[in-house]
Amino acid sequence: MTETVTVRVQRYRPEEDTAPWEQSFEVPYSEDLSILDALNQIKDQQDPTLSHRWSCRMAICGSCGVMVNNEPKLSCKTFLRDYREQAAVTVRALDNFPIERDLVSDISGFIDHLETVQPWLIRSEEQPVSAGAYPQTPEQMQRYAAFSQCINCGLCYAACPQFGRDPAFLGPGALALAQRYNLDSRDEGAAQRMQWLNAGEGVWSCTFVGYCSEVCPKDVDPAAAINRGKVASDINYAVNLLNILRGKDDA
Amino acid sequence: MDVRQADIVIVGGGGAGLRAAIAAAEANPQLDILLLSKVYPMRSHTVAAEGGCAGVIQPHDSLDAHFDDTVSGGDWLCDQDVVDYFVRHATEENLRLEHWGCPWSRKPDGSINVRAFGGMKIERTWFAADKSGFHILHTLFQTSLKYPSIRRCDEYFCTDLLLEGGACAGIQAIDMRTGSHTLIAASAVILATGGAARVYRYNTNGGIVTGDGMALAYRQGVPLRDMEFVQYHPTGLPGSGILITEAARGEGGVLTNRDGYRYLQDYGLGPETPLGEPKNKHMELGPRDRLSQAFWHEAQAGRALATSRGEAVNLDLRHLGEARINERLPFIRDLARTYVNVDAVHEPIPVRPTAHYTMGGIQTDRYTATALSGLFAAGECASVGLHGANRLGSNSLAELSVFGRVAGEQAAARASQGPSVDPQRLLARAQDNAAVWEALRESTGNERLATIRDEMARAMEDGAGIFRLPGQMRQTCTKVAELKDRYSDLGLVDRSRAFNTEWLNAIELGYLLDVAEAMAHAALARQESRGSHQRPEDFPQRDDAQFLKHSLVYRAADAPRLDWQDVVITRSQPAERHYGAAGQQENKS
Repeated sequence: MTETVTVRVQRYRPEEDTAPWEQSFEVPYSEDLSILDALNQIKDQQDPTLSHRWSCRMAICGSCGVMVNNEPKLSCKTFLRDYREQAAVTVRALDNFPIERDLVSDISGFIDHLETVQPWLIRSEEQPVSAGAYPQTPEQMQRYAAFSQCINCGLCYAACPQFGRDPAFLGPGALALAQRYNLDSRDEGAAQRMQWLNAGEGVWSCTFVGYCSEVCPKDVDPAAAINRGKVASDINYAVNLLNILRGKDDA
Repeated sequence: MDVRQADIVIVGGGGAGLRAAIAAAEANPQLDILLLSKVYPMRSHTVAAEGGCAGVIQPHDSLDAHFDDTVSGGDWLCDQDVVDYFVRHATEENLRLEHWGCPWSRKPDGSINVRAFGGMKIERTWFAADKSGFHILHTLFQTSLKYPSIRRCDEYFCTDLLLEGGACAGIQAIDMRTGSHTLIAASAVILATGGAARVYRYNTNGGIVTGDGMALAYRQGVPLRDMEFVQYHPTGLPGSGILITEAARGEGGVLTNRDGYRYLQDYGLGPETPLGEPKNKHMELGPRDRLSQAFWHEAQAGRALATSRGEAVNLDLRHLGEARINERLPFIRDLARTYVNVDAVHEPIPVRPTAHYTMGGIQTDRYTATALSGLFAAGECASVGLHGANRLGSNSLAELSVFGRVAGEQAAARASQGPSVDPQRLLARAQDNAAVWEALRESTGNERLATIRDEMARAMEDGAGIFRLPGQMRQTCTKVAELKDRYSDLGLVDRSRAFNTEWLNAIELGYLLDVAEAMAHAALARQESRGSHQRPEDFPQRDDAQFLKHSLVYRAADAPRLDWQDVVITRSQPAERHYGAAGQQENKS
């Protein structure tokens, strides 16, 4: 007989359900089976009404974030084999986001935050392409490399207690993205982005729990990015204060 | 029905769609540009490209050399005026991405680094470690945010193109969150929906890569071109098909069979190159079609490895050492560890060919215009004439920028001439279309979605795979026709509207079946072997007298109608393709 694993999946269909509920499925076990494979098996063979997001199957598109036994995970990079000791695997939509349907979260607030921090290269003077590449040594690239690895999966938002309390908090992903550009030797936009980092919804809202970095599937370490942001924000504050004392109010 | 208006609608938010949006916004900031996609743009499958993006940059390289490699790599089925334009603009587009922040890997002095790639005689592949597509896509997405005239419809699923007076005048889509229908009138529509390798069972593609744009155009009478040419990437993970980049071989990885023998030397790609000294256009750096075909022969001869995930050969990176693997191929190490439990530093990675890329697509001219006025196409969904019968690795990422920009500029020029048609004039047609989709959502037939999808994927592998045998090809054509018939008797279970993925998957399956039909019939009609299209039993040779032509597939009532189009030859007359020692001999002469 084929060994099976019990997978409990959160269901919520806004047109018929008043609240989320849980449905249990038995999924044939195999060593290679990811949570995503299990969800697709359920959808194909057991209940086609289950909805979940997925695409690349290789942990780079960022679509398939869910809570697996209460932890934020990419379903394509999480395997049933790691839960064999447990009675069941429970899958639900990412914490801290409204649910659209079943395992599909409404992540539009997070996307808005990404857009807020002006995540593009800002130069006071654009060079023409004919002038060639802006030089950047491997060491200079190393300063922001980790923060450029973010796949926008939203796991860090599901892990962030502050975002859970206040959805206006820009959150780990967006703040890490701001730092990705601030630390890029080609960028000159840090001063412009400071308004977002400094604001009430910026770095100072972070209570430094650090869970965001723990759950990140790409080792972006958003907690470190936010901490660097605090240092930058502090310096910015000090410079501003000094300039005000010197009578320069345009600082 | 939600009714809207825009100047330009772009369907698809991957590399080509984003680049087109930015180009259109820069060409005319007054235009209202709507970027519509069934996923958030950064989920688009451009994200999964690993190895790199071509563009001549080294002093000893030349545009002519890039041109020659592309044309011979494509087995002379490339339109040479298009290749010419492409090689002249690839580098400036790579530089533009750099100016927008793309973290291309650098040399110690801070200048751009390039790596070797299959079929390229000089290193010209720009890379961002082994996540080149990921960095290109995120750079383009983030850069697009600074243009206020680019608005987005994220998670809108395009269901139809809308025509008025013989021209494309807009599109309609389902808002996935609510399941409601939206009509968008526009002066110009750009399709940038990517490829269709999901018609195959084992493929490197994401679940979203379902040929949507190809089918949307095909259904309006626009021909699909060169659909028989499907690239099998020689190195995917067995079982899942997950991509292991060609850069692994560009950096020096070697392929061995079950006896530990570097078998490529037996397939016209030798002599064997010393370990750690990869040589352009030799052995592991031969073109993808040749390498995938060599695997097939090895497996037939019983020299593949039997693994729990099926037959494979070994991709051995161990001699590169941990430091270089971590620097150049960190994602590959991670993927192998996660999905086949192999640490590439200590063990070879099992790999096998897997369906990867559609060389063909919606026929366009060199300015990305389709046969339907007002409709443009760019990227993998299009056949602009660049790749011929076999694409060279790293040409497709560059294609996204080069021809995405052209599409954006062309669409902007058209849209600048005048406003779109009054959307009210499209409303009746859109309501009729919506009724069809509503009927599908409520369908009560006897056929299951997953069954038809799986049977299609198996049939395509059998009759339109690496080698194509006459009996199997005909069976596949018959099977696809049967499946299309059964598709009309589909029964769906989910009657809801909000994020109803069963419904959307059913529409996607309809797209896939149209694309499969075009591929299978084009393959049967091309009675020769060229590039990725190999018929070893009945037509083993290339036949320039009859088939130095693009195939065109038109949708028709029963079976599709085939036609042929001349290839544009400017300065490179068809010759034999030589790699390894034979190629070197040729270069000397």
